[in-house]
Amino acid sequence: MEEARLRELAAEFLARHDPGGDRLEFLRARFDAGLAWVWYPEGLGGLGLAPELQRVVDEELAGTPQIDVGLQGIGLGMAAPTILTFGTEEQRRRFLRPLWTGEEIWCQLFSEPGAGSDLATLATRAVRDGDEWVVDGQKVWTSGAHHARWGILVARTDPGVPKHRGLTYFVCDMRAPGVEVRPLRQITGEAEFNEVFLTGVRLPDELRLGQVGDGWRVAQTTLMNERVAIGGARVRRGGGMLGPVLDTWREHPELRTHDLHQRLLALWVEAEVTRLSGDRLREQLAAGQPGPEGSGMKLSFARLNQAISGLEVELRRDLGYDDWTFRRSDTVDFYGRGAGYRYLRAKGNSIEGGTSEILRNIIAERVLGLPAEPRVDKDVPWKDLPR
Amino acid sequence: MTLLYSEVEEELRAAVRAVLADRCPPAAVLARAESEPYDPSLWKTLAVEVGVAGLLVPEEHGGAGATASEAAVVLEELGRGVAPVPFFTSSVLATYALVRAGEAGAGEEVGGLLGRLAEGRATAALVVPFAASPYRPWPVRGGVSEAADATGERLSGSVAGVAGADVADVLVVPVPGPDGTAVLYAVDREAAAVEAAPSLDLTRPVATVTLDGAPAARLGVVDLAEVLRFGAGLLASEQLGVAEWCLETTLAYVKERRQFARPVGSFQAVKHRLADLWLDVVRARAAARAAVSLSGEARPDPVAVAVAQAWNGGVAVHVAEEALQLHGGIGMTWEHPVHLFLKRAKADEIALGTPGDHREALASLAGVPGPVPVSE
Repeated sequence: MEEARLRELAAEFLARHDPGGDRLEFLRARFDAGLAWVWYPEGLGGLGLAPELQRVVDEELAGTPQIDVGLQGIGLGMAAPTILTFGTEEQRRRFLRPLWTGEEIWCQLFSEPGAGSDLATLATRAVRDGDEWVVDGQKVWTSGAHHARWGILVARTDPGVPKHRGLTYFVCDMRAPGVEVRPLRQITGEAEFNEVFLTGVRLPDELRLGQVGDGWRVAQTTLMNERVAIGGARVRRGGGMLGPVLDTWREHPELRTHDLHQRLLALWVEAEVTRLSGDRLREQLAAGQPGPEGSGMKLSFARLNQAISGLEVELRRDLGYDDWTFRRSDTVDFYGRGAGYRYLRAKGNSIEGGTSEILRNIIAERVLGLPAEPRVDKDVPWKDLPR
Repeated sequence: MTLLYSEVEEELRAAVRAVLADRCPPAAVLARAESEPYDPSLWKTLAVEVGVAGLLVPEEHGGAGATASEAAVVLEELGRGVAPVPFFTSSVLATYALVRAGEAGAGEEVGGLLGRLAEGRATAALVVPFAASPYRPWPVRGGVSEAADATGERLSGSVAGVAGADVADVLVVPVPGPDGTAVLYAVDREAAAVEAAPSLDLTRPVATVTLDGAPAARLGVVDLAEVLRFGAGLLASEQLGVAEWCLETTLAYVKERRQFARPVGSFQAVKHRLADLWLDVVRARAAARAAVSLSGEARPDPVAVAVAQAWNGGVAVHVAEEALQLHGGIGMTWEHPVHLFLKRAKADEIALGTPGDHREALASLAGVPGPVPVSE
């Protein structure tokens, strides 16, 4: 019923808007028609429908101008759901449309040199000055900061209370004076990430997302969506990281050995059962029975990517590397470039978006109900914590 | 295809679970393991009152005409209880062989037998080594051959390692037929020598079946590899059940057991192991569901079955081994039931193809061929 109506809406939209015309105009019109993300509310690019109906729109509008999900990944996957949940009506109207069309790119200002897994201990300060906040600190692992118009920022607004309680969530104007973005070179040779230095950056209070002191709760929404974004993508059988290694395997019989064969088959099986779990998880979500399985998807994804890409390097017996040039990369592509790059890039999969160790703690405590880790810093004001 | 459980399946699960909770606690299974492992009264309740014996029997023969997916849910529950009943050997493996023979145009004999099985009036066993695989379905040693005399057809030979034969009323015996097929014969239990052997799996012992000119009724022709593949796909659900019990029991134990003045489950070394086991079991569930939902009423899907067996066989053993280790000393005692699950898991790992057999099969099924011989 809804599906048929949606197909009609998409057809009507196509009749009124020429997909061969201006790309941006087309995308803006698509947003205004509620066909951007159908599960978002009306007026904000959606129609308030069930998320699984997005598939219908995607099918109907295939072959028309599309958004760049790589470049816009942080905005679409993390900033948008957070703005939708915690933003004021004004903030939602201001930010969501250009976020979706890609006119404004977003980045994430969370991790710091001194705050990785223990994100809540972060030290970037935001001090209120009239109608403004003055921000000082350093953020790290900020992908896409060099393209970004806006950043989602967590900063400490009250050092006198325990760490989780003194945080506030902001939208950071990346063009404001005092924002300095420096590329951070990684083991792959390129700079996909950045360090962001914030020095006396003045942000109007209208850029605050959620209540003062409520930043940790707001950040949880972002982080939950990040894990889904990293481990939750649908893959086909034999796809993902397996794709390139299977191609090499089939094209180069002379490289095959019995040892590699055994290991490759075992990884193929593990990749397949992981893929099936992802399918099952999505089916549960669509049926309105969200299960805890999601917590495990990123853990499996990281392990598999690392094992498969490592095997691929070994299979190819190629001691070369495609390119060590220190350069900016525009998008994150775990499966792109050469085998050596894939191997090195996959090392980050068990660190970014929650380390595998932290994810195991989360599964053990929240899914399996095992006792929590001892927390010596829980009731201590942040300023009194040993550093 | 769905990987979720239907409402009907959840109701069936609840019915089986309720019976097992009442009648088949681990202590009861253990108590009878060395004398008479099978529990005929429990089987009667499950087979007749809950109606599990007739699940895979078509309606025209008095069964429920249910799908593999429903039978799999029963196996999950039976696995969770290492329940000593011949559901898998009789109502899944032998029944599926008979159903296939029936579809291939066998006579009234098959229909009548299926009817008796569905009503719980008889129990059958397929006379193959339980370790036979879809890729090597016939016994490596021994085997049965047929000969006809004036009074009819007679079978002679011997098959070792047969599961469920010791509790069967009817033996369903495959004999090599033309073009790689198997000709199925029914042999009355009384006409065969069934010698139970001390078995690794106390709750599903194996036996040697010896036939010496036993009178046999020809039932029809089947593809034996396909029958074993169907069984292997469903066995993945039993393995899931075994793994689930081991994980849940271990979780409860490490929350309660204290050493160094804290629950052992509060140590990160233990928590992380359990998180990994949980993830293995989550994936075993998806694999088990894929193996049966793709099988449906049609043929078992070779890739889905091989994947499920390659994964679940190892997972059940691994979770059972970890369960034993994380129970510490008590896990090593006869008194604690974890060994029943370890033994079932290890036997299931071998049954109907080892994980290695199924991975090897995927080389051709999934297009990942092995090395080519190098010429000097």
